[in-house]
Amino acid sequence: MKFSENWLRAYVNPDLDSDRLAHALTMAGLEVEALESVAPPFDKVVVGKVLSLEKHPDADRLNVCRVDAGVGEPLQIVCGAANVRAGAKVPCALVGAQLPKMAIKLAKVRGVESSGMLCSETELGLADESGGLLLLPPDATVGQSIRDTLGLDDKLYTLKLTPNRSDCLSVTGVAREVAAVTGAELNLPNAVVVPATIPDRIAVAVDEPAACPRYCGRVLKGLNAAAGTPEWMARRLKRSGLRPISAIVDVTNYVLLELGQPLHAFDLAKIQGGISVRFARPGEQLELLNGQTAALDSDMLVISDGAQALALAGVMGGQASAVSDATVNVFLESAFFSPDTIAGKARRLTLSTDSSYRFERGVDFASTRAALERATQLLLEICGGAAGEITEVTAELPQRAPIRLRVARVNQVLGIALSAAQIAALLSRLQFYFAEDGGVFQVTPPSYRFDLAIEADLIEEMARLYGYDNIPALPPTGSLNMLAQSEAARGRDALRALLTARDYQEVINYSFVDAAWERDIAGNDSPLPLKNPIASQMGVMRSTLFGGLIDNLRFNLNRKQERVRLFETGRCFNRLADGFNQPEKLAGLCYGNAKPEQWGEVVRAVDFYDAKADVEALFWPAVPRFEAASHPALHPGQAAKVWLEGEFLGWIGTLHPKWQQKYELPAAPVLFELELAVLLRGRVPAFVELSKFQAVRRDIAVVVDEGVSVQALLDGMSECLPDVVAELVLFDVYRGKGIDLGKKSLAFRVSMQDTLQTLTDEKVDAVTAQLAEVLTSRFGAKLRD
Amino acid sequence: MLNLDDILKEAQAAFAGIDHPAELEQAKARYLGKSGALTEQLKQLGKMPPEERREAGARINQAKDLLEQALKDRRVAIQERLLQAQLAQEALDVTLPGRGLSVGGLHPVTRTLQRIEALFRSIGFSVAEGPEIESDFYNFTALNIPENHPARAMHDTFYVDDQHVLRTHTSPVQVHYMQNHQPPLKIIAPGRVYRCDSDVTHTPMFHQVEGLWVDEQVSFAELKGVLADFMQRFFERDDLKVRFRPSFFPFTEPSAEMDIGCVMCGGAGCRVCSHTGWLEVLGCGMVHPNVLGHVNVDSEKYLGFAFGLGVERLAMLRYGVNDLRLFFESDLRFLRQFN
Repeated sequence: MKFSENWLRAYVNPDLDSDRLAHALTMAGLEVEALESVAPPFDKVVVGKVLSLEKHPDADRLNVCRVDAGVGEPLQIVCGAANVRAGAKVPCALVGAQLPKMAIKLAKVRGVESSGMLCSETELGLADESGGLLLLPPDATVGQSIRDTLGLDDKLYTLKLTPNRSDCLSVTGVAREVAAVTGAELNLPNAVVVPATIPDRIAVAVDEPAACPRYCGRVLKGLNAAAGTPEWMARRLKRSGLRPISAIVDVTNYVLLELGQPLHAFDLAKIQGGISVRFARPGEQLELLNGQTAALDSDMLVISDGAQALALAGVMGGQASAVSDATVNVFLESAFFSPDTIAGKARRLTLSTDSSYRFERGVDFASTRAALERATQLLLEICGGAAGEITEVTAELPQRAPIRLRVARVNQVLGIALSAAQIAALLSRLQFYFAEDGGVFQVTPPSYRFDLAIEADLIEEMARLYGYDNIPALPPTGSLNMLAQSEAARGRDALRALLTARDYQEVINYSFVDAAWERDIAGNDSPLPLKNPIASQMGVMRSTLFGGLIDNLRFNLNRKQERVRLFETGRCFNRLADGFNQPEKLAGLCYGNAKPEQWGEVVRAVDFYDAKADVEALFWPAVPRFEAASHPALHPGQAAKVWLEGEFLGWIGTLHPKWQQKYELPAAPVLFELELAVLLRGRVPAFVELSKFQAVRRDIAVVVDEGVSVQALLDGMSECLPDVVAELVLFDVYRGKGIDLGKKSLAFRVSMQDTLQTLTDEKVDAVTAQLAEVLTSRFGAKLRD
Repeated sequence: MLNLDDILKEAQAAFAGIDHPAELEQAKARYLGKSGALTEQLKQLGKMPPEERREAGARINQAKDLLEQALKDRRVAIQERLLQAQLAQEALDVTLPGRGLSVGGLHPVTRTLQRIEALFRSIGFSVAEGPEIESDFYNFTALNIPENHPARAMHDTFYVDDQHVLRTHTSPVQVHYMQNHQPPLKIIAPGRVYRCDSDVTHTPMFHQVEGLWVDEQVSFAELKGVLADFMQRFFERDDLKVRFRPSFFPFTEPSAEMDIGCVMCGGAGCRVCSHTGWLEVLGCGMVHPNVLGHVNVDSEKYLGFAFGLGVERLAMLRYGVNDLRLFFESDLRFLRQFN
């Protein structure tokens, strides 16, 4: 909502300067988004009349003008504008004037004295471009300050209105609000009644009274459509951001701005028979004023004549019945369409009009007729002609039932202590009807307030009028109970801290990704698409975090980062038969050297086992199992499923070489992705008695085939593990000299301890032999010395 | 016998000239060994007349004590010198860098979220979560935003299908939580939210923290108190100015926008605050009775306040980040600034 301050002040003129008034509006909930001056500051520019002009003796393009600027003798002014004419009234900057970009001095222009300057809009700072002098109306008063002539001492308010305040979508509405907020007197124009002087009428049938509870229309005849819109009206329209078009259209727009009531003028010559208000018929189409041909849905209300739809009710008129310069007779409509009927219809046609914007939020159904009268008055004044009787069809209008407002509830909700008298005063400022009995008010909201239905709505009104600033900021009170804290639950922050301590940098990627990533990286041929993605490469919901991390790697490699270690936590998405699966995952990527380049360390690329240590650390003290498996993103020989106590947790592996190639990576990163829910499960420690006896260590070294996994050997030994074995760990792997090709040497450490007695050598040897026996008999291992 | 002094002087001189423990032991033998000079003197005592023997014996023993003391001193001196030499040799360039891994860091949004969570936890808020693909009911209807309500147009919504959206705010968590918990309750709900909007000041995904406090007595004055306290603690500025302006959200009433005095210019006016001196930082209000009604909470008995704040916005103001999009580019040069 944009309007001129002078227009507003014509209705209500509080004793506040522009900035304070803007602040008062903002603090009352009508946020002033912009407050701009109509014109930059300048002075000593008056209306001048060019009396005569003659060519400059030394310059073809210059004229020497004699100008009456109302300062006594005519002034001699040299002017270079092409549109300067004798008799024209133009802005004349006098000597001493300070314009936005220059000061005017007595000067000689090519040897001819010039006492001032004739101005264009650009020179006055009124426009960025202009094509010559600003030509003023012939009735402008010579010598008058141009600021007065053009009303330039004015400011433009732009309000950012919330959807609940449709009542402020007019200057009248804002004025009403200013009066309520500031207490200033409200002086709205008196309602007019234009009596009918011609008998013409059109029959109106409202077929859908619920959608159109009130419809008013009248015939106006003998209009001069070419009549000029008065300067004051054109100025107000322009300052509200509307371009003057023609007198008839301008009047309807003006009344829209003044009263908030959308109007529509039909060319009477184009209407066949009576008017009906009905829903669109199947397959019905309508060419709208903007040239768009709309295919109408059956829930779209139309204004129709005997033959066809003429207008999309409350949204936009039709091209066929539009007024033009040739229009002489019109049918002028002012109606109340219910918000539910209009809501969403313009959007469905990708339109938003001043009319639909107001109707879908709520238009004052009590001023339907008054707006029609006002428009009639203005049209007859400007275009001449005569008006017929108003046809009004009214059905059931919205109810404004009294709302209970309890003084105690106001104070309880807001945390203040208003008296009944104070509340009554606030309600009076809002011009609400009310009655009070024993601290309980019955308040009837006015017809223009569509946002008031329950007590909370009125409490908000009390808060606004009382002033949010005047409500104290209090420390909270309430019961002080400690929060439940599960010790077994681990926080995300603990996992993040662990990864950052292990040299990972956290990233946050968009949850929507390129469908190609899903296909490549997740093997997902039917990813979950968005219906309205913002870009095609962000078209589907991710089912894995890998895609984003690989993309981050590429981004950073392009910025000369050679060692990249990233992690992200976030939800991934899959469609299920009965909804969506949205598990949170934690994923990591490492690339480049295992350690930062440094002295005293052998440079080595990060590998599967480095990342595996990070994964193991995330689960510690739980010990997950790793099982070779294949994943679309990963190298088939360097990928594993991660399990914990029989539960699948995720994946770890090296990026498949084909994706390394496709995504143009110099080397393959190692990736892991885990179910966050499982990682967040910790444990409460439980004490175990410490042994008083020494632990004993024995090593078992064996040579086995390459194909035998360490996990298989550990599992084999664990099947019948004697109680005294406290720990069984692989601590060395060797290939090379002394070991045949295709074989590997593995060394296990067996730690033994008995809580009841010192272990004897015999017992220790027996356990060692038992474990070695498992390895040799079941896995073909050969013992090394 | 007169040469005892000579022997002593000679020995002391000899010891003083020795730098190695082994040589010192050899030198010791020359004086105190089986045929050492002093030992020879002792051997001759027996040949002396008894009256001289005692005196001579005392003199020899005295000389021997002196000699052994000299020997001991020299040993200590040599040990000390050797230790010094060892230490000198083992000295490191302590300015060489330490070895091992470096340390990574958290995303600035996470860092900001942790800070917000810590502040609210300190007055007893717990943290709740909800799904990011939401049904139309949770994202809109239950929050008093019926279909075709103009407020839906304020949310540029991503649709997954006709009934499901990417949540446009974290407010639906309120609804989930109240369905599963009885008042009094006091939660914040941090998380990702989505709006179909992308330009210099909008990313299609960002983070919000929703807050909700429902109890038998919670007032707008307390809402102001809690949020003003939060902003002052968050920015570590006791004198941070705050103001609350009436606004509109379908799920709160009264509703407010909260502004803080510009933390960049101190309220004097700058580009960041569009020369107003104020920064809009969050929306809040008293929970709308219809929202409580949707989850069967008695809105006569219970009152509540709710708020929603933008995490990136706070992070930008806190750390002076001037481009929202940097948060989602994963540029290590940017991210490492927050380690």
